Amino acid sequence: MREDTPQEELNYVGKGTERVDTTEKLTGKAKYTGDLRMPGMLHAAVKRSPHARAKINNIDTSDAEAIPGVHAVVTGKEFDYKLGLYLVDKDVLARERVRHHGEAVAAVAAESPGLAEQAVKKIDVDYEVEEPVLDALEAIEDDDKLVHPELDDYDYFEPAFSPQPGTNVANHTKIRKGDVEQGFEEADHVIEREYTNPNVQHVPMETHVAVASWKEQDELDVHTSCQSPFTVRNLLCVAFDLPHTNVHVEVPYVGGGFGGKAGIGVEPLAACLSKKANGRPVKLEASREEEFSLLPCRSGLTYRIKSGVTEDGDLVAQKMTMFWDSGAYADYAVNVTRASAYSASGPYEIPNAHVDAYTIYTNKPYGTAYRGFGHVEFSWGLERHMDLLAETIDMDPLEFRKQNALKPGSITITGEKIVENTGNVTKCMEVAAEAINYGELTPEEKKRQEETGMKIAKSVSALHKAPAMPSFTATAAELRMNEDGSINADLSLTEYGQGTYTALTQIIAEELGFPPERINLSIKGDTDKAPYDWQTVASKGLLMSGNACIKAARDLLEKAYQDASEVLRADPCDLDHNENEIYIKHHPEESVTFSELAVGYAYPTGEGIGGPIIGVGRYMAQGLTNLDKETGQGEPALDWTYGSHGVVVEVNEITGEFNILKVASAFDVGKAINPANIRGQVIGGLIQGLGTTICEGYAYDDEGHLLNPSFTDNKIPTSMDVPEEIEGIVIETPQIDGPYGARGVGEHPMIALCGAIGNAIYYAAGADLTHMPIRSEDVWWALHKDEDRDRPRYSIC
Amino acid sequence: MKEPVKEQTVELTVNGDNYEINVHPLKRLLDVLREDLKLTGTKEGCGEGECGACTIHFDGEPALACMIPVCQADGAEITTIEGLSSDGRLSLVQEAFHQEGGTQCGICTPGMIMSATYYIDNPDSAENMREALAGNQCRCTGYKRIFDSVEEAFKNK
Repeated sequence: MREDTPQEELNYVGKGTERVDTTEKLTGKAKYTGDLRMPGMLHAAVKRSPHARAKINNIDTSDAEAIPGVHAVVTGKEFDYKLGLYLVDKDVLARERVRHHGEAVAAVAAESPGLAEQAVKKIDVDYEVEEPVLDALEAIEDDDKLVHPELDDYDYFEPAFSPQPGTNVANHTKIRKGDVEQGFEEADHVIEREYTNPNVQHVPMETHVAVASWKEQDELDVHTSCQSPFTVRNLLCVAFDLPHTNVHVEVPYVGGGFGGKAGIGVEPLAACLSKKANGRPVKLEASREEEFSLLPCRSGLTYRIKSGVTEDGDLVAQKMTMFWDSGAYADYAVNVTRASAYSASGPYEIPNAHVDAYTIYTNKPYGTAYRGFGHVEFSWGLERHMDLLAETIDMDPLEFRKQNALKPGSITITGEKIVENTGNVTKCMEVAAEAINYGELTPEEKKRQEETGMKIAKSVSALHKAPAMPSFTATAAELRMNEDGSINADLSLTEYGQGTYTALTQIIAEELGFPPERINLSIKGDTDKAPYDWQTVASKGLLMSGNACIKAARDLLEKAYQDASEVLRADPCDLDHNENEIYIKHHPEESVTFSELAVGYAYPTGEGIGGPIIGVGRYMAQGLTNLDKETGQGEPALDWTYGSHGVVVEVNEITGEFNILKVASAFDVGKAINPANIRGQVIGGLIQGLGTTICEGYAYDDEGHLLNPSFTDNKIPTSMDVPEEIEGIVIETPQIDGPYGARGVGEHPMIALCGAIGNAIYYAAGADLTHMPIRSEDVWWALHKDEDRDRPRYSIC
Repeated sequence: MKEPVKEQTVELTVNGDNYEINVHPLKRLLDVLREDLKLTGTKEGCGEGECGACTIHFDGEPALACMIPVCQADGAEITTIEGLSSDGRLSLVQEAFHQEGGTQCGICTPGMIMSATYYIDNPDSAENMREALAGNQCRCTGYKRIFDSVEEAFKNK
């Protein structure tokens, strides 16, 4: 849907239009799910497992039920509902056994939140505690201590995934290109190393919350803070065996998602409680602590990379093994595994590649989608590894990256041919490098070194990511003209802060030739009223919904032109339009206004023609295929967005303290629909990536108890952590099937930042880091790793 | 913990309106604002005084509504996000956040704007803007456009 319209001829696309969703947010009037109050509404509280792994012998709820004002108490044995998008492995409430610390075993609905909490405390659960499986590398070997002995019975999406019943492996994705052993023989050096990442929490500022009403005749109404209303509806219908006409999902304003709200969350449990409470609405709002362990997190990863390089700097072979610790459930983690497998080599061409990526069950909180979908995690190891390889052959790491970068004519590890319009990662690297004065210290930096005694170093990393989604992912948009010629538009992405709705408004305005103020794109999601979208994930919203909006706008204009051609007695090809009217090209004074046509045209005699003018557009991802299960060959990528980070870091070699002085990041977005909002999204992603890099992660004890489920012990960046200089740079190599050439950039700013910072710290102080996050103490330990000291336990692991 | 039974009368002035409410003395001010007074603009991000989403002005000073039992607010003058705009017009700070894109998902925004408003009115209350906003966590914006918004508000002051 790319148009070769030069920017100077565009009226709204490419401009910094103000966000369409801000005014209510700035005044406190925006209603989020947690703000909703309904007549008769009850409040839920959840009884959570204090153990990582245990059998449930008995649950005694009698004392809780006896409390006046308690309307429903539910346990897992009452329900046989299984949930899952890709691998249906999770019960609404634990049945027979608990698989992770914090798992829901029972729940209460009562007149007030305090009463519900009080009732939960009265629920007595008799557990038989078992030794948990906590280490993914042990779990993959251990066929005796299975987290899911029933794996063989679970439904799963067969074209994409390969569970291994009788083991703890929920999925094994393979990619094979060329002959990796032959490649290693051709290499001058073969380097192997392992890199690790902990579980990380998304931390949307609004926790998961839903209000459900299970009414008479099995009509289920759900208001929820989710990213994907239609996926929530579909999974509720499948789990509860209800027709789609019975389930109605509404999504008010949503306070952040980052993947944590991509699938289904607290909705089914709220629904079950409402059913038991005779249909009264039940609000289930996760506490911040529950956000960390009742709800999912980012999977941990151990990434083993073995690479063959020549003295000339060619990467000739790479064997990549990913051990994804998905925790107790693997529904979404199987797809993180698949997506990271087909991207595993980063934006580099590897002639002989071999990937084995495993999703492994353990007794830890479970993993799900998280901004970057696996790429943040594997890029940490990969980008550290690239510098290790460059050092081995004594080559500049940026030159090494550029030499091996994907470029037109390259073949990816799944066999996809890269073309010019795929994007330009080399240019991203060059621009980021230039922005930080890569390769030298400026006079100011030299002076700073002298003054502080700290060492300054620089590094450049590169990244790529494509949307991870089913090959047949589709969406639609609907535009309806109002009596005054303005437009009400509906689609079913969720606007949780990314700014996509503003960009889509600009696209609709551009296509119609109307000012953006005349377009009202409904922010609220409603599965009864708005057309289908699969999910708001994967940085695919702008491209896919943008195309659907373009098609809907053209459809709307076609309808308007049809009616106008009758009114004006002219062929539609002889018509043109401006903001207000359709007119005959060679007799512009003969015209009819949009307002006159909007809901049906009436002649002066009173006779009417036409009718409400409605435009519909739908868009299907083009050309994607399943990947061959043995070789991984196929077409997984809607579009690749490339990017690069340049970082400047200073390190105190004695204490391990460090400061990030500058981050300059470049992304090939194809076409910047709204440059100001891209900057917002890029900087937001960078700082979330900075959190992953410098402080965030789960800490467990030996029994699998989560030790830091709070902001006190699990910090996220604050205003004090933002680097002094931070720059987002846009590169525009148009995407042929992108709206106006655009592609998504929602997730990418987070990816590979950690690798760049780790590398710069290595150059500044020699601290050789292989585990995220990197705190000052980690740098200190890396500087002292040859000494005979025991590091304290309970670090982020 | 037993469900609160013994209520107490508390007088509050919120956004210029006087209230006299019967409420358990230990009910959080945040819940009184959101539930009793239906002022849901003030948000809860953590409930433990770490994130700043529930920042309000309490007798003219920024305070965390999730950490204040309502009995301590007896006789207090409180301003919430709903009290900043008037006659349908955004306040100076709200307008700057609108222009500079200082809000994304919007949950931290009310608390952030309350902290920013106090800082703009009392520039000596913090070493610099970063410190003034250090108690307000934001997960979407990366803070930069919030800084731009506050700078813009200072310019238009």
